[in-house]
Order: sequence, then structure tokens, then C-alpha cells
Amino acid sequence: MAVSPPPDEDAPLLDALRVGDERAFEALVDRYGPSLLRLAQLYVSSRSVAEEVVQETWLAVVTGIERFEGRSSLKTWLFRILTNKAKTRGQREGRTLPFSSLASDGDEDQTAVAVERFARGGAWATPPRGVPEERLLAGETRARVEQAISALPPNQRAVITLRDVEGLSAEEACNVLGISETNQRVLLHRARAKVRTALERYLEDA
Amino acid sequence: MSTAATRDLPCQQIVELVTDYLEGAMDAPLRTSFEAHLAGCPHCTHYLEQIEATIRVAGTIRAEDLSPELRAGLLAAFREFRRP
Repeated sequence: MAVSPPPDEDAPLLDALRVGDERAFEALVDRYGPSLLRLAQLYVSSRSVAEEVVQETWLAVVTGIERFEGRSSLKTWLFRILTNKAKTRGQREGRTLPFSSLASDGDEDQTAVAVERFARGGAWATPPRGVPEERLLAGETRARVEQAISALPPNQRAVITLRDVEGLSAEEACNVLGISETNQRVLLHRARAKVRTALERYLEDA
Repeated sequence: MSTAATRDLPCQQIVELVTDYLEGAMDAPLRTSFEAHLAGCPHCTHYLEQIEATIRVAGTIRAEDLSPELRAGLLAAFREFRRP
């Protein structure tokens, strides 16, 4: 079968939601609501507007559940509805993410690693060190990574959030954001490089 | 044999190719060169490990719960919609 079914844990909830089961709705809101709100906040300026976008999204889900054919995962479908609504709101606010254009990224000249860290000829002068696995599990490490993600330009932030935080595939992220695979990859590359730099700095500080 | 397969990539170029590598967006000769470099370069191996660590840590970040007001509002809207 070419079409992958929605994740098993969503399927029974979707069936229940189709017949109007409130508990199923509640369970889905708890499962995906927080992620939807986080994503909405990338597009609109205030938390209250982001919350409105989340409300509109769930209303669209309830009224449009019959149109969900399971061709994508439920999560991707929800994210797609949300980004469409959030983009509309963001545009009304005069705040748009320049997703279609790489040139407006604002940092085309960025390299993944500062040029000073390489010798002439391109070999490492100040090489990275090994990863202390035990420190990766610490809450403080997570907080630093989260902080580094929040500091990214919105389009890089959206891509790394969908890919690495939410665990969407490249194809799903492109679908949600309406960008090309190449664009997605470039934004992901820049985002991961910056977050890695922050992580390295933090791990070496100790 | 493709000449690209034996091309020696400098570290500075390796770090720019890491995402293409992880995304499977490399042609076979470039992939061979990339992996050959990694096999002989502990520094770039560490770099790749740090990128993988970044991805792993990012995957543990949870979004904040919805406020009780928003959650209650959503459920109320649902009931309103479902009322015959």
C-alpha cells in the first residue's frame, strides 16, 4: 500500500471524534494542542492571537473531520491547517515569514562553523570535542538548546521545530510549511548549525 | 571509477555537507568521499556526533500545556458545535 495510515494511537480517537465523542476530542486537544500553540506563536505576535488561531484550528478540525482522508498523519494535517490559519492572521498583522525566499533569510553568508576555527586549506584549527553523553540528559542542556532554537530567525525556527522537536519527516515539514525540499534543507542546516554551536559552547563551559 | 569518489574534502566543506548527508541528499560518489573523510577524521566525527546530539536533545523538548482557560474554551466550543 502506497499510503501510510495515521499512527495507530490516533486512529481510534479519530473514529470516536467522527461520531462526536467529546472524550476523543479532549484527548486529541491534550495530545496536539500544546504543539499547535507553539507553532502558532511563530507566526503571530501575541499569545492571545496564537490561542485564537489554535481555537480556529480545532473548529476547522471538528467541522472538517469528514474531509480528513488519512493520506497524511493526523499531526501533519493539524499542523497544515494551523499554519494556513496562522499565516493569514500573521499577514493581517503585517507579519509574514519569508518562507518562499531564501534571500530574505537575512544571513546568507553564514557558515555552519566560524571560519576562524579552520586553518588555511580547510582543516580544523580548533576542532570540536567528543559529546559527554551523560550531560545530554540534563534539564539544563535541554533548556540551552530550547533557548538557542528560540533565538533563530522564524523560518529556521519553524523548520527545526517541525523536524527535530516534533519529529516530522522532511516531506511532512515541506507540506506543512509549503516550501521546497531544497529550501527546507537549507533552513534546517542553518538552524542545526547554530543550535549545535550553542550546545558546544555550553558543554565546553563546564 | 569516478574521480569524485576519491576526492578529498576539507573539514570546512564536510561541516557544510552534514545535513545533506543526514538527509540522504547526496549522490553516491559524494557520499563515498564524505564517509571516507569521516573514517579518517576524528574531529569531523565529533562534529557529526554533536549535530546528532543536538537533534536528540531537541527531540526531548516538550511544548507547554495549554492554559486551563483555553482548554476549557475548546471543550465548550466542541459541545456547542455538537449540540443538535
